[in-house]
Amino acid sequence: MDENILAQKDTEDLKYTPWLNPEISPMVQIKSVSKYFGSVCAVDEVSLDVYPGELFTILGGSGSGKTTLLRMLAGFERPTSGSIIIDGVDMTRVPPYERPVNMMFQSYALFPHMTVEQNVAYGLKKSGIDKQEINTRTAEILELVKMGPLAKRKPGALSGGESQRVALARALVKRPRLLLLDEPLAALDRKLREHTQFELMNLQEELGITFMVVTHDQQEAMILSSRIVVMNRGRFEQIGTPGEVYEYPDNRFVADFVGKINLMSAEVVAVESGIVTLYCDEVGAELCAYASHDQTLEPGTQKWIAVRPEKIFISKERPHDDAMTVLKATVNDLGYFGNLSLYRVELTNGRILQVSGQNRVRTSRKTVEWDDEVFISWDIRSAILLEA
Amino acid sequence: MKKLFSNLQRADGRRQWLRFALVLPYLWLLLFFLAPFAIILKISLADPLVAQPPFTALLDWAATGWQRIHVTVDNYLFLFQDRYYITIYLSSIKLAAISTLLCLLLGYPVAYFIARQKPRLRNLLLLGIIVPFWISFLLRVYAWIGLLNSHGVINNFLMWSGIIDQPLTLIYNDFAVYVGIVYSYLPFMILPLYANLEKMNLDLQEAAADLGARPWQVFLNVTLPLSIPGIIAGCLLVFIPAIGEFIIPALLGGSDTLMIGRALWDEFFINRDWPVASAVSVVLLMILVIPMMWLQKTQSRAESNANGGAS
Amino acid sequence: MKQRSRGLLTVVAFTYAFLYVPIISVMVYSFNDSRLVTLWGGWSLRWYRSLLDNDAVIEAAMLSLQIAVVSATVAVIFGTLVGLALNRLGRFRGRTLLTGMVTSPLVMPEIITGISLLFLFISLSDWIGWPRTRGATTITIAHITFSMAYVAVVIRSRLSGMDQSLEEAAMDLGGRPLAVFFDITVPAILPAMISGWLLAFTLSLDDVVIASFVSGPGATTLPMLIFSKVRLGVTPDINAIATIIILLVSTGVVAAALVNRGRSNKSVDSE
Repeated sequence: MDENILAQKDTEDLKYTPWLNPEISPMVQIKSVSKYFGSVCAVDEVSLDVYPGELFTILGGSGSGKTTLLRMLAGFERPTSGSIIIDGVDMTRVPPYERPVNMMFQSYALFPHMTVEQNVAYGLKKSGIDKQEINTRTAEILELVKMGPLAKRKPGALSGGESQRVALARALVKRPRLLLLDEPLAALDRKLREHTQFELMNLQEELGITFMVVTHDQQEAMILSSRIVVMNRGRFEQIGTPGEVYEYPDNRFVADFVGKINLMSAEVVAVESGIVTLYCDEVGAELCAYASHDQTLEPGTQKWIAVRPEKIFISKERPHDDAMTVLKATVNDLGYFGNLSLYRVELTNGRILQVSGQNRVRTSRKTVEWDDEVFISWDIRSAILLEA
Repeated sequence: MKKLFSNLQRADGRRQWLRFALVLPYLWLLLFFLAPFAIILKISLADPLVAQPPFTALLDWAATGWQRIHVTVDNYLFLFQDRYYITIYLSSIKLAAISTLLCLLLGYPVAYFIARQKPRLRNLLLLGIIVPFWISFLLRVYAWIGLLNSHGVINNFLMWSGIIDQPLTLIYNDFAVYVGIVYSYLPFMILPLYANLEKMNLDLQEAAADLGARPWQVFLNVTLPLSIPGIIAGCLLVFIPAIGEFIIPALLGGSDTLMIGRALWDEFFINRDWPVASAVSVVLLMILVIPMMWLQKTQSRAESNANGGAS
Repeated sequence: MKQRSRGLLTVVAFTYAFLYVPIISVMVYSFNDSRLVTLWGGWSLRWYRSLLDNDAVIEAAMLSLQIAVVSATVAVIFGTLVGLALNRLGRFRGRTLLTGMVTSPLVMPEIITGISLLFLFISLSDWIGWPRTRGATTITIAHITFSMAYVAVVIRSRLSGMDQSLEEAAMDLGGRPLAVFFDITVPAILPAMISGWLLAFTLSLDDVVIASFVSGPGATTLPMLIFSKVRLGVTPDINAIATIIILLVSTGVVAAALVNRGRSNKSVDSE
């Protein structure tokens, strides 16, 4: 990890980074878990520790195994090998109705023949809690999710957002140690999604329950999470905070999966005092980047250099700064979004890079137009060095 | 059997109770559905006796304790040598096939029409098809006797209105059997066809029309091919039971209406030749096996489509 | 387009007429005062009155109802279990056989079912002494066997439209499998179970062929009675029985349809 760039975290304030606190033990431990369906491997020996109070997201595309992993946490699938430990107890073989885990389903799965109230109270009834307490707790949780007035309605009469809140209430009322959420925002429209994202985060902080979310939407993952694991074809590609995953991807898959990125293949030319010089054929120039981790840096090794579009500056004049990589380009395409503009610039040898920039100056005239000759530049520290 | 139970136990605990509860109906079906077929097969290989039961036992216990297996294929040979039975099988297939075709010709337009109506009218029309389906089969066939009789409603009407002088022979012949089968099995044809046509995406037909296809071309190129699963299901649901129909030929057919169901009844109750009756049944079953397996395949495919794939 | 619609409309109208003319004709003639079908003797209820005195008919009707209720109830239980198993248990040993056994009765000619069951009962009687006489019990057993198949079809079709995660959600909340079955699954399939029961009831009440084979002395069901009478031609009192049954069934079906429509309307309106 590059301490130079990231602002140094206040190491005393570990409240927001429980995984760094040696005195806290993990809430969930996934130990070398694999799941095979016949000969098909859905989850391939993954291990993970999730700490209490985290809002942890499992991010992956379809077929990545994320849903299978979630179902194993809930108890609907049994791992082929490995173990799952929740709150210190081995839950690998424990059925779902005996786990201190509750789940919010993607389809909400509200019981259609019961009212909202009855739906929420169902879990409490099964625990044998007395009627009085059931009523109190149900009313409480419905207030929390602002569904109090609709308590007597049936699921068929609820909107999407309302159904989701009931599903959430139902999953929270039993005060589980771990709450699982399967694509919680997928069924909502854009406005509602944004609103719900913040509601979820607030709710989680207020209740202090550990959340684990499964999603394919990386924006969602970035906003919600304390930490993310990027999953691909049954394996974990990287575990880290949104910032770590976004700015310090471990490999090409993660770099490409989360957010937009420019990926260029290059060959190592030389290494000196931590800075690697590479020759990039696609770009037709030498690029520099800081070495990270313990990569093989022999001259001649193939690598990838990656730069995020927002880290690239676009200007009419050539910048004179040794700490920056500068290239000449022509503006091929531009998209004006109001708050920002996206550019596709063509370098001298034909390679196209994506650049994005905030429109800081208030003007309705574009500062850069189609076919303009421009200079694009980025700080050497912005370049990510990845294995081939 | 042991393997079956051990497999049930090793299963994941979630539906354990269901696996155990399943045992009772399973055994029931084995005993009351499957075993009888084994018995029919056995009897079809026996000789008739004037005794109770009227056939030779499969295993013979001689005084010395030897077992002899008494098997004969005489009954089957009898079936195939005598032109009579071959004719009956073919006649049954012919009658069933033509009836199925008639059902299709009548049922398809109706199903098509219903599927294109607005939901309210659609439900009403469907109800109209379903009500007769629930009314006793026997009574509905019986109703035709009164209509088709030489002095029944239809003949009375035709004579009264002067269209004919002599009553038409509408009953106790093949014609009446066709009417009977089509009438009784029409709902079985319409319902699967309707189910298929209703699910069909209207956009496809509109797209074809947009691309320049005339109405009859839209039908031929888009609607008809897509409705083939429904057609197959409907036809099989009519054809298979129609071959072995008994009540309709018994009440509406003539003495020269040859259907295997009636022949079987006569062989059993009148001739009391149980081995031959069994052989007739076995051969009938073999004729039906392929269409039945076909039907099962289309049903299971339809169900797996409805259930969807893995997420 | 218009021209085709007219042709289509004609076919459809003809078909509906075709379906209902026989039924209506029977109903009309049940009120015919004359013994002869050909002659219209005026309106009369005599055939209905004669039914009340006809002990054989009443006895047969009672027997049929009894058999129908018992066989429908057992068939629903078995059929639901089988339907659930085939829909929910995925692959298991013996599944193919079960599927075959439970779909065949739907298309198997009744004659074969009847003969084969008769042979079974006779063989059983020889080997273990039961059933000593054939009658209501054997008929009931036969009806359960084929009705179960129909119930299973109805249940399976309902289950395939049901959200599977409902049961998982219930388990996740702490419901043990059996509790989940009664709390969640049964309410969801209850309408299907009721339709299944009605279907099994109707099939039992209507069966002639199988009952004829597996019945014994003294056990005559209503359809058997009707059949033996109508083999000889039209008899006016059968018209009366038929009309009663037609009215009962039609009312039942229409009522059920209205109930269903009411239920589905409610959830649609409130959306």
